Amino acid sequence: MNATAFVLFCLIVAITLLVTYWAARRTRTTTDFYAAGRSIRGWQNGIAIAGDYMSAASFLGIAGLIALFGYDGFLYSVGWLVAYLVVLLIVAEPLRNSGRYTIADMLAYRMKAKPVRSAAALSTLAISTFYMIAQLVGAGGIIKLLLDIDYEWSIIIIGVLMILYVAFGGMLATTWVQIVKAVLLMTGTILLSLMVLANYHFNLVEMFNEVSARYGQEFLEPGLQYDNPLDNISLGIALLAGTAGLPHILIRFYTVPSAREARISVVWAMFIIGAFYIMTTFLGFGAALLVGHEKITAADKAGNMAAPLLAEALGGNIFLAFISAVAFATILAVVAGLVISAAGAFAHDFYSNVLRGGRATEEEQMRVAKLASVGVGVASIILALIAKDMNVAFLVALAFAVASSANLPVILFTLFWRRFNTSGAVWGILSGLISSVILVLISPNFMGDSALFPLNNPAILSVPIGFLGACLGTLLSKEPESEQKFPELYVRSNTGIGAE
Amino acid sequence: MANPQQQPAETRSTEHDWERIANTPEFRELMARKKRFIIPATLFFALYYFALPILTGYFEFLNTRVVGALNWAYLFALSQFFMAWIIAILYVRSANKTDQLIEKISKGKEDER
Repeated sequence: MNATAFVLFCLIVAITLLVTYWAARRTRTTTDFYAAGRSIRGWQNGIAIAGDYMSAASFLGIAGLIALFGYDGFLYSVGWLVAYLVVLLIVAEPLRNSGRYTIADMLAYRMKAKPVRSAAALSTLAISTFYMIAQLVGAGGIIKLLLDIDYEWSIIIIGVLMILYVAFGGMLATTWVQIVKAVLLMTGTILLSLMVLANYHFNLVEMFNEVSARYGQEFLEPGLQYDNPLDNISLGIALLAGTAGLPHILIRFYTVPSAREARISVVWAMFIIGAFYIMTTFLGFGAALLVGHEKITAADKAGNMAAPLLAEALGGNIFLAFISAVAFATILAVVAGLVISAAGAFAHDFYSNVLRGGRATEEEQMRVAKLASVGVGVASIILALIAKDMNVAFLVALAFAVASSANLPVILFTLFWRRFNTSGAVWGILSGLISSVILVLISPNFMGDSALFPLNNPAILSVPIGFLGACLGTLLSKEPESEQKFPELYVRSNTGIGAE
Repeated sequence: MANPQQQPAETRSTEHDWERIANTPEFRELMARKKRFIIPATLFFALYYFALPILTGYFEFLNTRVVGALNWAYLFALSQFFMAWIIAILYVRSANKTDQLIEKISKGKEDER
């Protein structure tokens, strides 16, 4: 490991632990723990959402995808931003107006608390676990490449840090770790982009001409990586419907004081995330030209080293160290967000409201929330150690599939369909969850050439199944209470009257 | 901090109350305005977005070059980002206006107590 990288790593660890120490002293109640005391400003939350969302897979993975397969990598990145329009226009403000800490709060408003909270906690835990394993296994591999630390040690270091942030500093520490990461990631990406573009006199056409001359015009056209357009359309459905069902993103809206601030935060997040994905094109094409395919694939077949190698080519060892540190911070911020969302589902939804029927005292709730964070963290470390040699690419697709098929239909129906009820919510969540898991298990990602289902992204089928399950469950049962409670939720979610 | 059971007093209104607010002209106007923006905007961005995988996946005309090696496929993908930003800004402008209606409705709710 080079000395600069080591120093920068220690610096990031030190800064984030200081933030955690500061946040721990301000985290006394459950509202502090789960929602940072609703004290985060809109623009701050926007930066934190970007930090929560832009993973190492985006930073290293998409840059590598573009470096190796050109246009298709860029095509892949577009949906990750457009999806935020669903969050902004449909979900963010009503959710902020009607919930306290978790997605299930909104559902439980007009439905029977125990069944809907149990079902929603299950889907949140499933999504967060799939996403977490994908992040941790990826992180172990990347840190091994960047710093030559063993896979096992990488996982344990990251795992212990994420547990410390969340268990002691709660949402406040998580938020600021995400803000620090987003600022570092954007700084690194902007610097790299400027250095790449400077080689081509800041003229995009000149850069594209060079790419075309070296790798052929096909490299700038669709089709090199994805040969099944239907799979791309299905991925698009998963992203558009799934982002607005991702628990670790949605709970961020509870950290701001009002729906208006929630709205501001999505717009900030969209400008940061959009700018980031546009710049990954410069990183990807820059790496293809300035590093070259042979060197990129020699370092890592999947192309994950494209951005770090580009940094080395442009700014030497020091810049390589900086970009490696940025990747490390990126991993930390995302996994911390996942730990707190899973802990909320377990402690707030399942323990406090299902097992204890809402009778747990404030102290008890805090204790369980902290214990749940540790439990979730330790379980994730163990799962990531077991999954070391597995190909975990399918897990991200699975997380988005579950979010889009199990969560989104139920969120929409709860907000806008008067007749919708408990049975519909439970059926919707379970049918979306189960169909996503089964379809991914029989997809090419998992079964290779003998796949029973031809697409890697199941959303094109599982989202309709989730909606259908929610409809059938509703129509096959009667629950006048849920219909009577509808006007209250409808007014409150749209106006914020009585919101905490 | 309140338990879920002990909600603040103002939320303990009867169902009848909420039904009444839902039927006030102000609230109806609010929902009509929201729908007038959100439904067409959602249809538009969904169509615009899915046009990208469909047009690049099943057709080749986007491979036509614009300047040098730069082609329509790249520009169309790039335009998606600007499309998303523009709709976001338009939405915020529209929502800031409906915020005034919301204030009116919440004020009416407070006055009756």
